[in-house]
Amino acid sequence: MNSPDKIDVRYVAHLARMHLGDDEVARLQPQLEQIVGYVRQLDELNVDGIEPTAHAIPVQNVFRADEVRPCLDHEAVMKNAPQAREGQFIVPKIIE
Amino acid sequence: MSTLNQLTVAEAAAKLAKRECSSAELVAAVLASIEKHDKQVGAYLTVDAESALEQARAADAARSRGEHQPLLGVPVGVKDLLNVTGQPCTCGSKILKGYVAPYDATAVAKLRAAGAVILGRLNMDEFAMGGSTENSAYQPTRNPWDLSRVPGGSSGGSAAAVAADEALATLGSDTGGSIRQPAGFCGCVGLKPTYGRVSRYGLTAFASSLDQIGPLTKTVRDSALLLSAISGRDPHDSTSLDAPVPDYAAQLGGDLKGLRLGLPKEYFIDGLDAEVEQSVRAAVDQCRALGAEIVEISLPHSKYAVAVYYIIATAEASANLARFDGVRYGLRVDGEDPIDQYGKTRAAGFGQEVKRRIILGTYVLSSGYHDAYYLRAQKVRTLIRRDFETAFQKCDAILTPVAPTAAYKLGEQINDPLKMYLGDIFTIPVNLAGICGVSVPCGFTSEKLPVGLHIVGPALREDVILKVGHAYEQATPWHLRKPEISSQKAE
Repeated sequence: MNSPDKIDVRYVAHLARMHLGDDEVARLQPQLEQIVGYVRQLDELNVDGIEPTAHAIPVQNVFRADEVRPCLDHEAVMKNAPQAREGQFIVPKIIE
Repeated sequence: MSTLNQLTVAEAAAKLAKRECSSAELVAAVLASIEKHDKQVGAYLTVDAESALEQARAADAARSRGEHQPLLGVPVGVKDLLNVTGQPCTCGSKILKGYVAPYDATAVAKLRAAGAVILGRLNMDEFAMGGSTENSAYQPTRNPWDLSRVPGGSSGGSAAAVAADEALATLGSDTGGSIRQPAGFCGCVGLKPTYGRVSRYGLTAFASSLDQIGPLTKTVRDSALLLSAISGRDPHDSTSLDAPVPDYAAQLGGDLKGLRLGLPKEYFIDGLDAEVEQSVRAAVDQCRALGAEIVEISLPHSKYAVAVYYIIATAEASANLARFDGVRYGLRVDGEDPIDQYGKTRAAGFGQEVKRRIILGTYVLSSGYHDAYYLRAQKVRTLIRRDFETAFQKCDAILTPVAPTAAYKLGEQINDPLKMYLGDIFTIPVNLAGICGVSVPCGFTSEKLPVGLHIVGPALREDVILKVGHAYEQATPWHLRKPEISSQKAE
């Protein structure tokens, strides 16, 4: 973990399901490497045996009664759909 | 022109209760102020004047029926990432252009239940990512104290609206300083409550282990009034805390005798503007004069907070923003198959800062890097949290600057993301530790720009930081100054 990693921006963009133009990759590459270089200062700390914090105020086992309750108005929600039919979202064909 | 828009929430509530003015008159005065100033300031993305006046008339009718909720008839604006039924909620992003919220966020519903009139939607950095509101896809917002400068961010619209008397109070959200820093830049009071104090249901998520909703107001008393209104356990948000909600405003008053206030020795750093330091040190002296005992404390891991934050916040954001894929709401750009559609939609819909953070967050979570970055950051987060736990054994609250500088010029930092990120160095540790902090005006630079004092308290001790802030505010004149907007030239 000593040499700065070369970030494969195109590959990461694919993981994020987000197309990037060549100009964007060229702009992001040095910015990301600068930021990653900065965050690597964490390497100087010894964190052996330290528990990770996922939530600062731990709240565990939040249960609720399993009962029927009103939900959002279906029609109002579907109004925001880019494409819908018969109360369902339309998406491109996934399996031929 | 009516000056009712200049009232604080507490003053307006008292006037309304005594029938010295109606909510309709109050809302009309605020709308007139928006009409007059917002072309220059740009705080609002949308104002639904008709709906606001209708709510005001309903509030007046409710009062004549004998209702007397604490905020009955008081107009409040909300940041554009809180859902309000029937209103747009774009989060400052093109990807949500045209979205109409089908429900009220819990914080908004609670404001309504307390009688408030919901005014309109306030500008912000896209998805709350940024510290200047320049990352809004729609418009810049300008600082009412100097229109060539940024209002801070990401809740820049919320802060500018309060400073310009374009709202009596507003709601913002704070993930790494997004309420406190703009409040500091615009000379108002901005409170980030304890993680879990306020339900996030209906708040568009940025970084779920850090986000909190809080008020931006003209005074500390108003902050207390709004906090009592919006706090509390909500079955719709499993992270909201099941803790009693005090009447925070009723607990204000008195001096600071018996309180120990900590000064972190690591916080008066290189890069801290000399005038900002001077104002904050003078504020510390003022607190001492009010009876507080000032003690030196140490927060040794705070210098790692920005690094931890830009791993954890971007990682969480990359997951949260996966929902913007063109399937259920917002923009859709057609593609050859679903994957291509996601890629094109997100390419067209997100701005540069959001893309930068999604890529960074995806990278630090990706196979082979998760332990080196994300897990390590979570462990250092534990060290930062422990620093505060140790410090709060020696003191009741902590005093720091809100930001290293006062408001900077538009365009000054937009091309240097790391520099902008470092502007959050004093506010980020508070989000990482899940505790509470408030920004209170504590002076002006020689260029007449506001400076903020940051008062930090332990989890669920908003009562303590509000008491300190109120005592300080009552002893100083800063909160009484108003910016002169009309005399400034439009750029």
